[in-house]
Amino acid sequence: MKGTYLGEFEEVVLLAVAIRSGDAYGAAVTSEIEQQMGRSVNLGAVHSALHRLEEKGLVNSQMGGATAERGGRRKRLYSVTIAGKRALEEIHQLRNQMWESIPKTAWS
Amino acid sequence: METPLPPRWATRLLHFFCTDHLIEEMEGDLEELFLQRVKLLGEKKARIQYIMDVLSLIRPVVLKKTKNEYSQSTFSSTMLRNYLTIAFRNLTRNKGYSFINIAGLAAGMAVAMLIGLWIYDELSFNQNYKNYDRIARVMENRNYDGEIGTLWSASPPLGDALRSQYSSNFKHILMASNPTRVILSTESTKLIQNGYYFEPGVAEMLSLTMLYGTREGLNEPHSVLLSESMAKAFFGDINPVGKLMKIENTLDVKVTGVYKDLPRNSDFNDMAFIAPWSLYVSSRKWIQKDAWWQNGFQAYVQVADHVNMTDVSKKIRDIKLKHCDKEEALAKPELFLFPMSQWRLYSEFKNGVSTGGRIQFVWIYAMIGIFVLVLACINFMNLSTARSEKRAKEVGVRKAIGSLQHQLISQFFSESLLVVAFSFALCILLVQLVLPFFNDIADKNVSIAWNNSLFWLVSIAFCLFTGLLAGSYPALYLSSFQPVNVLKGTFVAGRFSAIPRKVLVVGQFTVSIALIISTIIIFQQVQFSKDRPVGYSRDGLIMIETPTPDIHKHLDAIRYELKKAATIVELSESLNPMTGISFTSNGYEWTGKETEQQASFATVYVDHEFGQTVGWQFKAGRDFSRKFATDSMGVVLNKTAADFMGLKDPIGKTIRQTAFGQTSIYHIVGVINDMIMESPYEPVKKTIYKINNGKGNFINVRINPAQSTRDALQTIETVLKKYDPDTPFAYKFVSNEYAQKFGEEERMGKLITFFSVLAIFISCLGLSGLASYIAEQRTKEIGIRKVLGASIFNLWALLSKDFVYLVLTAFIIATPIAWYFLNGWLQSYTYRTEISWWIFAVTGLGALVITLLTVSFQSIKAALLNPVKSLRNE
Repeated sequence: MKGTYLGEFEEVVLLAVAIRSGDAYGAAVTSEIEQQMGRSVNLGAVHSALHRLEEKGLVNSQMGGATAERGGRRKRLYSVTIAGKRALEEIHQLRNQMWESIPKTAWS
Repeated sequence: METPLPPRWATRLLHFFCTDHLIEEMEGDLEELFLQRVKLLGEKKARIQYIMDVLSLIRPVVLKKTKNEYSQSTFSSTMLRNYLTIAFRNLTRNKGYSFINIAGLAAGMAVAMLIGLWIYDELSFNQNYKNYDRIARVMENRNYDGEIGTLWSASPPLGDALRSQYSSNFKHILMASNPTRVILSTESTKLIQNGYYFEPGVAEMLSLTMLYGTREGLNEPHSVLLSESMAKAFFGDINPVGKLMKIENTLDVKVTGVYKDLPRNSDFNDMAFIAPWSLYVSSRKWIQKDAWWQNGFQAYVQVADHVNMTDVSKKIRDIKLKHCDKEEALAKPELFLFPMSQWRLYSEFKNGVSTGGRIQFVWIYAMIGIFVLVLACINFMNLSTARSEKRAKEVGVRKAIGSLQHQLISQFFSESLLVVAFSFALCILLVQLVLPFFNDIADKNVSIAWNNSLFWLVSIAFCLFTGLLAGSYPALYLSSFQPVNVLKGTFVAGRFSAIPRKVLVVGQFTVSIALIISTIIIFQQVQFSKDRPVGYSRDGLIMIETPTPDIHKHLDAIRYELKKAATIVELSESLNPMTGISFTSNGYEWTGKETEQQASFATVYVDHEFGQTVGWQFKAGRDFSRKFATDSMGVVLNKTAADFMGLKDPIGKTIRQTAFGQTSIYHIVGVINDMIMESPYEPVKKTIYKINNGKGNFINVRINPAQSTRDALQTIETVLKKYDPDTPFAYKFVSNEYAQKFGEEERMGKLITFFSVLAIFISCLGLSGLASYIAEQRTKEIGIRKVLGASIFNLWALLSKDFVYLVLTAFIIATPIAWYFLNGWLQSYTYRTEISWWIFAVTGLGALVITLLTVSFQSIKAALLNPVKSLRNE
């Protein structure tokens, strides 16, 4: 397994997967990120991030069934693994902890 | 409003680089995003974003070459093994078809290979000589009464003349004798052998491989070079250099070298020895070194390295005209160089220009080879396409399980390649078996070129080509079926799917019928020329070469003894054999001659008994007779000559001949019917028969029909040996020699018969396969018809009808084509048979009968089936 270091974009993608949980496939994740961040994202970037996350064991995927949408083509559905959830929690906690540590005087 | 579409080229780009198992989700995602963006941002921006997305996907993970968990390789060994297994099972399940397929193709390939070897042999003729493209023969065009004839010979001063004027253009200029048969002898052995007298340099020019001695051996005036096999025959395996021999029992020579036997497919391959030209000239007093009119020799040259042969040929054109005397100049002699590369295949001249020759045969055979091969390929394709329709279900099942189209394609291709490989193996076997027989007919010594990379390259290329071509229909068409349709059973091979097959069958039979017609006509032509009256009787007529003067001296005694023993009817002497004319003479004049007529006559020197021996037939006048002393200056003309001279009553008229400064007066004693002494296809030349007072080269013997030939030959040998113990007894039957004139045509006839039989065989194989296939397809129909009361005859007619139409169509196409080509071929013969309608009728009928026989076997078999059985299973 590669190092579990999570890059910024990876973190965003992982969060998006968690947000769309149950229906997180490439296009959905992409549009989620676009909506949340208000800027356009390349599908390729998302796809390769998903691929890396899967390699790190933070998400896993399976092919979904064919539906009448998108010409009957199947989707690859991603879901956050326990390791992924823990990684997100760790980052969240780290950020929180760091927020708390900022002295009040810093803002004045 | 139409749904907006993403840019197609971008999608195609995606398909190009993306691995197969990812393409589905990628395409889906892309399309979904695109549609979303159209709504949000408008179509234009959505398109740009789509392109950006596609480009951004060009990443290692997505790229094709990356390995993935699903093996997509067509040539994985497991799949390949599966294809082969299925192919074998298919072959063994349909043994009949497999046999027809493989055997037919193998036969076709074998024919093509034999013809290929034959053509290769012809084209590589003489190529063993290193200086192949620089060697030439000096030849001469002469004017004979307005017609230009081409002479293969040269006169004695030519060599020196060329050397003194044009030596810088040539590397070698060599005078030579015509190939001569002479007695070679040592103390213990005597053989009559064919050889040449050559100027030294020949060994260098022909790049002879010397086994003993050196190429310079011929420089000694009394030397001889022997071929390897000759050296063996005389001296065994020892080095014969320095040994002494005799040529013609009189000339003492020393062996100075032995050269390796020349390959069979080369000129000079029958050259058993080479002796010096100077010896030839000094031993024959009649050869005059400055006589431009003596045309009985040969001249060979090798042009220098930097020189263009055509240029040299132009330069030397008038060399003879400038030097020769007035009489000879009348013939307007023009010399030219005839390159070695053309000796074999382009040796026919018309009006002084080479018009082809054997190259014609090369073309004919090449065409036949291609035809037979195409026939076999058609068969192969027809059968495999017909069979493959049966396999539509297999395709359906395979596709349902998950085969991709290209996997099916490679399966069908590997199957047809397998069959081709089998056929090729069988073909090699067949060729190996047939080669001795083929060599015999074709008068060749070819073998499979195991070591020739070109041979293997062509073979393999051909196998691939056939395999791919024959496999292309099932591979490309069948693999495109929709599995749903095929498995549901709603698949029908369209109404027109049988049309290409029908066209192919018609093509096949067109070729076969045309070949049969050609065979019949060629044999008719040969027979026609054989039946041409020869003007003398060949039965029991033999000719014996007499190289020494002993026989001539004792001719009367020999005749007396042989007649007394009742061995012979008559015996005579002549300068040339019965089956060839070697002399032409001119300078004749007679009353009533038109001044323009140059009047060259073929001339045959005979003795008084010649007529009685060969049995020529008189139209007018009488034979030579010893009772009239004046007959030694008498001549007999043949009918053509008498007609040419235009004398009303030729007997007793005189002819004057002025040649070499002398005038002789002859009187005509008789006119005979034309005797065919040269080509039986050509008109007989105007010929003059003169009495020869000196020694002849041949004696002609008419054996007493009451005696058995073997006894007669023994007696003749004994008597001849008594007077000429030094000459080996060698005789030839005139009838055999005459028959050899038909050799090329008969060979061609035999080969074409062989090929047409094969063509018919292959076509019938195919037909039989198709018939049984169609009968099988219509089993149910036949069952129902039977139940409803159709008779076996009805059914037979039903099934055979289609094929009869096909063959009739083929016949209608083949007839004019065959007529056109054969008519053209026959035009090249002066004496030719007519192409009569019955040939076509017989061929058509024959083809029809063969077709019916082939088809009937299958259709009757189908018609006899019990309808209960054929209708039972559903």
